[in-house]
Amino acid sequence: MTEPFLMRALLGGMGLALVAAPLGCFVVWRRMAYFGEAVAQSGLIGIALGLALALNLTASVLVVTLAVSGLLLLLSRQSLVPIDTLLGLVAHAALALGVITASLIQGPQLDLMTFLFGDIFAISRADLRWIYFGGLVTLALEIWLWRPLLAISVHEDLAAAEGTRTEYFKGVFVLLLALVVAIAIKIVGVLLTVAFLIMPAAAARPLSETPEQMAVFAAIFGMLSVALGLFLSVALDTPGGPSIVLMLAVFFMAAVFPSVLRQRR
Amino acid sequence: MDGRERQPQTPAAGQEAPTDRQAWNGDAGGAAPGPGDGRLAEARREGELISARGILLSRGGRTLLQDVDIDVAPGEIVTLIGPNGAGKTTLVRVLLGILLPNRGEVKRKAGLGVGYVPQRLEVDRSIPLTVARFVALGRRASAAEIERALTEVGALPLLERQLTELSGGELQRVVLARALVRSPELLVLDEPVRGVDYAGEAELYTLIGRLRSERGFGVLLVSHDLHIVMAQSDRVICLNHHVCCSGVPHSVAQHPEYARLFGPQASRAIGLYQHHHDHSHDLAGAPRPSPPFRPQEFK
Repeated sequence: MTEPFLMRALLGGMGLALVAAPLGCFVVWRRMAYFGEAVAQSGLIGIALGLALALNLTASVLVVTLAVSGLLLLLSRQSLVPIDTLLGLVAHAALALGVITASLIQGPQLDLMTFLFGDIFAISRADLRWIYFGGLVTLALEIWLWRPLLAISVHEDLAAAEGTRTEYFKGVFVLLLALVVAIAIKIVGVLLTVAFLIMPAAAARPLSETPEQMAVFAAIFGMLSVALGLFLSVALDTPGGPSIVLMLAVFFMAAVFPSVLRQRR
Repeated sequence: MDGRERQPQTPAAGQEAPTDRQAWNGDAGGAAPGPGDGRLAEARREGELISARGILLSRGGRTLLQDVDIDVAPGEIVTLIGPNGAGKTTLVRVLLGILLPNRGEVKRKAGLGVGYVPQRLEVDRSIPLTVARFVALGRRASAAEIERALTEVGALPLLERQLTELSGGELQRVVLARALVRSPELLVLDEPVRGVDYAGEAELYTLIGRLRSERGFGVLLVSHDLHIVMAQSDRVICLNHHVCCSGVPHSVAQHPEYARLFGPQASRAIGLYQHHHDHSHDLAGAPRPSPPFRPQEFK
C-alpha cells in the first residue's frame, strides 16, 4: 500500500470525498441530483475541448460546467417543459455533444472509457494540487455559507421573507457545484461524479438528527468508501472509480435497511 | 406580452373604486386613506412598517393584482380577506419582497424585522432538523430565546422533536415560534389556521392579539373569511385582485362589496361572532365570561 500512485489515489479520493460531502447534502436537500448529473455529463465537452486546444483539463471542464449551469438556470424559467425532462434533455445532449467532440479528436490521447468512468490511479501531483487547492476554497465557502444555504434549503420563501438574499446564494451554490464536479471528473469520471455527491449524503441521512451530523457522516462514509474501494480495486484488480461507488452503495444499503425494516413492523 | 397592456377584468380601482370607497368612508368613519387622500396619505406613510402603492402584477397574461395600495403601521392588526384565488398570497409575497410586481412600489421601513408564517410549510424530509434548530434557523438565538418563543405558542414540549414528526397544527405553532424568536416589528400570517379546528382558530387569534399588545408589533393577517379574525383586527382590507373595500371590521362587514363577494349571510355571521367573543354560554344558556387563554389547547 505504499506505491506512490496508490497514495496519490488515496489522498485525492479522500480529499474529494471530504469536499463533496457538505455539498452533496445540499444536492440531496434541494433535490438537485439531476441538475448535478446534467452538469457533470457536460464535463465531457470540456475534456474534449481541453484536449483539442491543449488547455488545463480541470479549467476547461470548469468553464463548460459553469456555462451549462447558467444555461440550465435560464431554461428553468420557462414552465411548459417540466424541470426533470429539461435536465434529462440537457444531460443527454451534453453527453452526445461530448462524445462527438471526443470522436473528432484523433489519436490515442483520448480514451473515452477513462473520461466516462475516471482513472483514480492516474492522479498526478498536479492533479493533487488542484484537488487540494480547489477543495480548500470550496470547503471554506461551504462552511462560510452553511447557514444561509441551509435556510434556503429548508424553506426558500421563509428565508427570503426573513431577509436572506436567496438568488445570490443559489447562484453561489451552483458555482460551488460546478467547481466540485470539475475536480471530481478526473477521479471518478463523467458518469460517476454525481454518485460521489449524493450517495454519501443519502447513506448519512437515516443516522442523522441535525444537518451538520449529516454532512460529517457523509464525509466519513465518503472517505471510508474511497479507502475500501481502492483496497478492493487493488486486491481484485477491479476499476478504481466504480469500486468506490460500489462501496458507497453498500454503505447506503446498510444505513437505510434498518429503518426500512422498522417501518415494516 | 405578459398582459401589462391588457384591460383588467376587474374594475380599475383608480377610476371607480375610490369614489365608492370615499363615499363609504364618510359613512363608516375610521377607514384607511385611499390614494385620493393626497397629503394626508403621504404623511401617514412616514411611520408605516410597510407601505405599497399602485401594485400591478400579472403572470401568464392574467392580472393577479391591480392597483393595490396597502399599509401596515406599528402595533396595528391589518386583515386581508378575499375569496380563494383573489391574490391574497400573491400580495403578501410582493410585500415581503419574494415577488417583484410589474408596476408599483413597496416601501419597507429600513431594517424591518419580519416574522413570516406562510400558508403551507413543507420541509423536505431529507433534511434532519429538530424543532429548536428550525426555530433558530438563519439567525443566532440563545437556547433561552428559543424556549421562550416555543413557550409562548404552547409548543415547548416539541423542542427536541424532529420537524418531520410534527402534525400540521404542531408545525404551524412551531413556524409561529420561529417568527416570534426574531422579535419582529411586523408579523405576517398567511391563513395560519389551515387544518386547525374552530376552537384552535379562535385561540390562535387570541394569542396573536395578546402578543401584539405585549410586544407592539404590526400584524398582517390573511384570511379567507372575516368571521373569526374580526374581533382582533384594527383594519380590514377586502381584496379581489383589486382592493374592493377597506376600513374598520364592522364597516367592512356592512359594505355592499363585501356582501357581494361573500354573500349577505357573511355580514350577519360577523355580528354574531362579535357578540360571542365577549362571553360564552354555559350549558343552561346563561352567559359567563370567556375562559382564560390556555395555549396547550389549540392544535
